[in-house]
Amino acid sequence: MGNTIMFIIFAIVIVGSALLCVTTSRIMRAATFLLFVLFGVAGIYFLLDYTFLGAAQIAIYAGGVTMIYVFAIQLVSKRSLQGLVEHVKGSRLMAGGLAALAGLVVVSLILLKTGFFMNESVADVEVPMDKIGEALVGSGKYQYVLPFEFISLFLLACIIGGLVVARKEEKDV
Amino acid sequence: MIPVECYFVLSALLFFIGVFGFVTRRNLIAMLISVELILNAVDINFAAINRLLYPHGMEGMFMTLFVIGVAAAESAVAIAIIINVYRHFKSDTVESITNLKG
Repeated sequence: MGNTIMFIIFAIVIVGSALLCVTTSRIMRAATFLLFVLFGVAGIYFLLDYTFLGAAQIAIYAGGVTMIYVFAIQLVSKRSLQGLVEHVKGSRLMAGGLAALAGLVVVSLILLKTGFFMNESVADVEVPMDKIGEALVGSGKYQYVLPFEFISLFLLACIIGGLVVARKEEKDV
Repeated sequence: MIPVECYFVLSALLFFIGVFGFVTRRNLIAMLISVELILNAVDINFAAINRLLYPHGMEGMFMTLFVIGVAAAESAVAIAIIINVYRHFKSDTVESITNLKG
């Protein structure tokens, strides 16, 4: 019962904030509503007993990615974005809304018509941290050291790539 | 216990709100924020399927974890590109970037 109430609260927060995020014309408000959506999704993970995942979501998304966005908005938008009212064409709004609605109906119908067999034996306890750690850096079957290492290299490449792309180019003499 | 269909409907809603934002917004940062919404919808699906349908495996959970990592890297590089585009074109809407237009 408590789980259901929490799920409803999280669902309302997520959907409402997402709607406000894509409809508000001010970019700074969109970033703030994105933060609320990310917190709601972290709550969903906690509800599913994936506490590690919820903590990672809050630390990386809410703590890191949103800060990057706010930083970029402040950096880019001194003249163009702050207090900008974005004009969206009515026809494009119409087309986007229709496409999204059609997709939503089709996907929801498919998901609801498919019979999923719930595994009723799920214990209502969180996934233990030592199990996650062993699976994350183990090299056996169903263990994930290869994607872990790949992510490390990938992040390094992205840091270098971001620095190279964003640095100021020197003026040619 | 919450039926798994509730999670699916929630993530489908979030996904198509993100699609709507991606189609309608013309600002590069706003489009990037919409992409983040879409990625979060996918993450909810992975976690819910893993936990409620196959609780003895951990594939969906690690998929979600790696998607979170890749999304952080992706947004960092995208922000770098957007800042560069802004320096070049003095604007950050997609209409201003017409170099590759045939």
